[in-house]
Amino acid sequence: MRFRLKEGGRIDRAQRLRFTFNGRRYEGFAGDTLASALIANGTHLTSRSFKYHRPRGILTAGAEEPSALVQLGEGARTEPNLRATQVELYDGLTAAGVNAWPSANCDFAAWTGRLAPLFPAGFYYKTFLWPASFWKFVYEPTIRRMAGLGRAPEAPDPDSYDKRHVHCDVLVVGGGPAGIAAALAAGEAGARVLLVDEEATLGGALLGQRHKVDGVDGAAWAQAAAGRLAAMEEVRVLSRTTLFGYYDHNSLSAFERRTDHLGPGTPAGMSRQRLWNIKAGRVVLATGAHERPLVFADNDRPGIMLASAAQRYLNHYAALPGERAVLFTNNDAAYEAAHDIVEAGGTVGAVVDCRHEPAAPLAPKLEEAGVALHTGSVIAATHGTKRVRSVTVAKLGEGGGLSGEQYRIFCDSVLVSGGWNPAVHLFSQSAGKLAFEEARGIFLPGKATQALEAVGAANGSFGLASCLAEGAAAGARAAEAAGFGDGTPPPTPPVEAPEPGAITPFWLAPGQKPLGHGKAKHMVDHQDDVTAADIRLAAREGFRSVEHVKRYTTVGMGTDQGKTANVNGLAILADALGKTVPEVGFTTYRPPYTPVTFGALAGRDTGPLMDPVRRTAMHEWHEAEGAVFEPVGQWLRPWWYPRPGEDKHAAVARECRAVREAAGILDASTLGKIDIKGPDATTLLDMVYTNAFSTLKVGRVRYGLMCGDDGMVFDDGTTARLGENHYLMTTTTGNAAHVLEWLEEWLQTEWPELRVYCTSVTEQWATVALAGPRARDVLAAVAPEMALDTDSFPFMSVKEGIVAGVDARVFRISFTGELSFEINVPWQHGRRLWEALMEAGAAHGITPYGTEAMHVLRAERGFIIVGQETDGTTTPHDLGMDWIVSKKKSDFLGKRAWSREDSRREDRKQLVGILTDDPKKVLPEGTQLVETRGQPPIPMIGHVTSSYESPTLGRSIALALVRSGRARKGETIYAAPESGFLPCKVTEPVFYDPEGAKRDG
Amino acid sequence: MLWIDCPWCGARPETEFRYGGEAHIARPDPATTDDAGWADYLFMRSNPKGVHAERWMHREGCRRWFNALRDTVSNDVLTIYPMGTARPDAPGDEAGGG
Amino acid sequence: MKKFSIFSLARNALSHHERWPEQWRSPAPKPAYDVIIIGAGGHGLATAYYLAALHGITNVAVLEKGWLGGGNTGRNTTVIRSNYLWDESAALYEHSLKLWEGLAQELNYNLMFSQRGVLNLIHNVHDLQEATRRVNANRLNAVDAELLSTEEVKAFCPILNTTAKTRYPIMGGTLQRRGGNARHDAVAWGYARAADARGVDIIQNCEVTGIDVEAGRVTGVQTTQGAIAAKKVGIVVAGHSSVLAAMAGFRLPIESHPLQALVSEPLKPVLNCVIMSNGVHVYVSQSDKGELVIGAGLDPPNSYSQRGGLHTIEDQMGAIVELIPIFSRVRMMRSWAGIVDVCPDASPVIGKTPVEGLYINGGWGTGGFKATPGSGWVLAHTMATDEPHPLNAPFALDRFTSGALIDEHAAAAVAH
Repeated sequence: MRFRLKEGGRIDRAQRLRFTFNGRRYEGFAGDTLASALIANGTHLTSRSFKYHRPRGILTAGAEEPSALVQLGEGARTEPNLRATQVELYDGLTAAGVNAWPSANCDFAAWTGRLAPLFPAGFYYKTFLWPASFWKFVYEPTIRRMAGLGRAPEAPDPDSYDKRHVHCDVLVVGGGPAGIAAALAAGEAGARVLLVDEEATLGGALLGQRHKVDGVDGAAWAQAAAGRLAAMEEVRVLSRTTLFGYYDHNSLSAFERRTDHLGPGTPAGMSRQRLWNIKAGRVVLATGAHERPLVFADNDRPGIMLASAAQRYLNHYAALPGERAVLFTNNDAAYEAAHDIVEAGGTVGAVVDCRHEPAAPLAPKLEEAGVALHTGSVIAATHGTKRVRSVTVAKLGEGGGLSGEQYRIFCDSVLVSGGWNPAVHLFSQSAGKLAFEEARGIFLPGKATQALEAVGAANGSFGLASCLAEGAAAGARAAEAAGFGDGTPPPTPPVEAPEPGAITPFWLAPGQKPLGHGKAKHMVDHQDDVTAADIRLAAREGFRSVEHVKRYTTVGMGTDQGKTANVNGLAILADALGKTVPEVGFTTYRPPYTPVTFGALAGRDTGPLMDPVRRTAMHEWHEAEGAVFEPVGQWLRPWWYPRPGEDKHAAVARECRAVREAAGILDASTLGKIDIKGPDATTLLDMVYTNAFSTLKVGRVRYGLMCGDDGMVFDDGTTARLGENHYLMTTTTGNAAHVLEWLEEWLQTEWPELRVYCTSVTEQWATVALAGPRARDVLAAVAPEMALDTDSFPFMSVKEGIVAGVDARVFRISFTGELSFEINVPWQHGRRLWEALMEAGAAHGITPYGTEAMHVLRAERGFIIVGQETDGTTTPHDLGMDWIVSKKKSDFLGKRAWSREDSRREDRKQLVGILTDDPKKVLPEGTQLVETRGQPPIPMIGHVTSSYESPTLGRSIALALVRSGRARKGETIYAAPESGFLPCKVTEPVFYDPEGAKRDG
Repeated sequence: MLWIDCPWCGARPETEFRYGGEAHIARPDPATTDDAGWADYLFMRSNPKGVHAERWMHREGCRRWFNALRDTVSNDVLTIYPMGTARPDAPGDEAGGG
Repeated sequence: MKKFSIFSLARNALSHHERWPEQWRSPAPKPAYDVIIIGAGGHGLATAYYLAALHGITNVAVLEKGWLGGGNTGRNTTVIRSNYLWDESAALYEHSLKLWEGLAQELNYNLMFSQRGVLNLIHNVHDLQEATRRVNANRLNAVDAELLSTEEVKAFCPILNTTAKTRYPIMGGTLQRRGGNARHDAVAWGYARAADARGVDIIQNCEVTGIDVEAGRVTGVQTTQGAIAAKKVGIVVAGHSSVLAAMAGFRLPIESHPLQALVSEPLKPVLNCVIMSNGVHVYVSQSDKGELVIGAGLDPPNSYSQRGGLHTIEDQMGAIVELIPIFSRVRMMRSWAGIVDVCPDASPVIGKTPVEGLYINGGWGTGGFKATPGSGWVLAHTMATDEPHPLNAPFALDRFTSGALIDEHAAAAVAH
């Protein structure tokens, strides 16, 4: 750690940490970031740039880093594209720079840099066009291999993530002086405060400076303030947490890194990262500012960094940027960095100030210390490949070029400062409008549209005293808005800090050759290799909007989203177009402020928790019997129950035969059940079903079809009249919630005069369908007091009574065509009922059957399934179900639509049966039907909606929707194309017991 | 995340609600409405850029439907009002009397 | 139009790229045009290009309130496919796909059209029925389509979690190998450059504030740059169709919603196809730059805000991590929203309006990008001849009155 100061800084020299970077071993201290540890070791080269593979170093000390991107760790826990400036060091850390092979030091693809003249902005739009076939097989694969930065892990993530949802009166974003002052003021007033800060410790800019607050070192003051905040009951401070998104209605989201800094020391079971979704009363944005680089020739060599970053590395991490530094600035404040280096015993070779008569208060002190001051000058060139070795300084001439003699100054680090950009990202995300201030060349928060206030540097107030004052005032105001305190800010502590001083915006330093000539690159976007010449090229080619230029050159499109590049790029574009910055416009910032892992966004909503799993009361019984489950909506339903040695086919065939020949038992609990009560319940049903319910007698059951007002079928089911004003409606499993909402919507919005209550009782009643010629015998054994003969308990009726010792509702309805009872008992008794029936049915050959057998059985009988025989474009008439459409009712939902032109067409698709000529062939559901064989394109006349091997008929059967299908009965058509134009006959859509003779057993 | 002020349950996040689209589209009398009128009722929407009268239902709460005026540019909810009442004038609308 | 090629790049490198001409002019509007297209997105620019290139109508202005390609063209997830269920849709989108296949050469602009394959996942029996139906229909319509087993899905895209240990296991997929992606901005720029070269005036920062109608016939438009007369006007303003229709005095069966999308940080190649899942509702591909491009559902409320809520993204990330677990540590870099205008049947409206000489092309919902060439092609035909082409005739506004919807939700119902 050659460049580590012997003392000072806030690292813990007692804890040495070993780490490996780009294959080399290093040591650092606890409290270091990867970047600070590398700098302390004299390593600046980290990685390679996106396009030209230029050597890249550490430009910043924080979230705005565009260039020092690393692949952290290995194996399943590797993470791409992390900013070395934000990776906290832990013992055993390994990392490597991105986009380099075999290493950043010796990168094979560096040849791309030599071809740079052929690769200006947007070159790829202009070439790779010939020959056309080369695009897919040569050009694009090459481009893809060259593109990208880091690598995704190759194995699933072993870590877990979670989420919290919180409300607060005052959300303070940023833990620098302004944010701390705001949180203290709001917290002391009694408001519920959340302070979110992205760093490991509070302090913000204070951590990089030697300013004093309240008579002590600023960082120490921040630590003391953190202690005060921690003692306040209603205040919560989240460190290592980035507020990344500002959404509507003061909803904000933050991303907390809970274990990343612990490395292998992470406690088992602790979630790695956490997403915080926050609803804030008022928001105080104390997000600070980013120093902006100056754009000059070859300004991207390793060793060239922001002045404030060097200051941060020096003062916080006790690491010198190098042996000899040169400062290049356009403002007074940056002199402080040079001064701090000199004070710490480092060497500053020169200060290059582009201003002709700067009056920085620190200039005399630096000159006293032997630092040469070059005013009215710029860095015209830099030298060195993997590290800057010297710079060429020249005077600025009239008209913007260079003039006079050029000096070579040796150095191994260059500190640059082009002024400060307020971090207005979140303000912009909040839909606030930005304003441009010409004097300092900065964007400031303009009119806010949400309950927020920007303070301190984020508001363009760069002085420490004003940061504290604005923060305290905003904190007090925000607390008052929530009903705490009177809005009077607490007094702020005295500070010892220089005022920010003067600045002259300066956007582009001339190089030794005209811009774009020669090899020098004036880098605007360090990550994507976008140069000032690229921006001028875009302007020349007619790209005049800033959005166009961003997209054409990719400036600001990297992982840093242009935090260091955007404003410089915009100003260079404005200059190229001869316009002002506001005339060229400004892009809107989008979330996230810095990248957020997919894992944190997903939280725990993966695997079994991705969507709730719904299970019936008998689920464990099915599991114990080895049932294969079918997901139906959120439910798991037994699909079939294979016995040892049985495949699906054999199991389903056995289950079907049992129902046709003896008795079967199906768990039908998942069907939607809606309890409908009220004096106008009948009126409601008459409106929502196509058939009439006013004629239904108490104790009887009727099947109904529901249509939308567009005339299309959307649900079906049976409804029982339990009392004069009391019904139980059943719905399809997947539609249960939708049907309840449908009824409620009509009741509340269109027919509020109807007095009806609808209640979902799906999970109140467990339902068992008992079907087959022996069903009555089985039921009789467990319901001895219930009269089950056809006269006492006719088809389509309901009875209440005791079944298996439990109060039950029994419906005599059938979805198989066989004699069938659907027995409903309170949910908690479902398993008891099921087992009682199994026991009683043993003598009768009772067999549990799943949804697959149910489908076969109902298809044999010609019963439809909504969503299978219908697809949202199917009317009751298409299904041949005119019998269920009332001719008497003057109005019901769906009726009006059927008289529209398209609904009246004779050649609509109609439900028919399909029998393949070869009885062994089972058509896949979804197979298309055509009239003739041939080569595509061939017109289609319909498709197969259901298709099974029917054990009852000993052959395949299918249902289909076919154009003018009913008129085609007896015709031969073909199943195509995957089925190989298999000939089939069109038939009636009922294959078994068309007279319904079996339903009474 | 929008926060919708349910008249029964207070301000709750958007994810608890079902959005019900444009408000004040009464179902016309099918006997006297021609096909174009029926299409109007079923499909045609004003879809304004600005203040939109729309319906919400607090699905995860009281399950009651209500109306809202919301600005479709800013997403600001201007007012909430009961089903079956006429569209009020938006607050801040100086010509308004409601 | 000076031709782009490796040779022109080399030649211009010698002059330090200082002699490249403008890719399109920025003219002031003329007082009158034969045709005005409102909206310089991909569809509008394509319409203008085909009017000029195929119909000889070059006295055309494309009016854009912002910057060309700045609406949904520049905000979508760039999926291109033609594997639609209904004949009408398949014909339109397949026509479009065929145009895509030669478009870069035709426009002399590299659109980075990449036929890397679109894989739609199957998660349950209902998906399988729908997929089988669609694949068979596609093949009979001469649209390439394959039905894949779970193992074939795994072979085609090994990073998918095809094990049973997932909430909604993958039961298979459908694959359209000719589907893929293109560079969305380049599509707008390529059409703009080619249309401009044929004399079309592209006028940016020119917002239409009124549509002039006399005796039921359109006569021109009012704009922020003054009144401009025209014999024919086309509304091609995805997201804002209803706003423009209201100016002409009619309503549309269209509602506008935010549709969010996001990209990850750039990664080395890891995903070489487009993955779509209706079952868990998400789609993802990897751009040539290396970013994962991810989209999902709409935010339900009508909105013109180009802003959505994070909850929508949280849902889709749950789905992504479930489908591709190795993406859990990858990071979202940028998210944004476009405004999509959605028809009740998820199919567009392309054709005449109640006002004579006024045409509309909108309601593409989430799927308009893939249709860009075909959409411009049929609208150009319709505007040039005042008759819809057979490809867009079924997409007329009157289908909502007749009931002849083209319901692409059709197979989406779940029941039993």
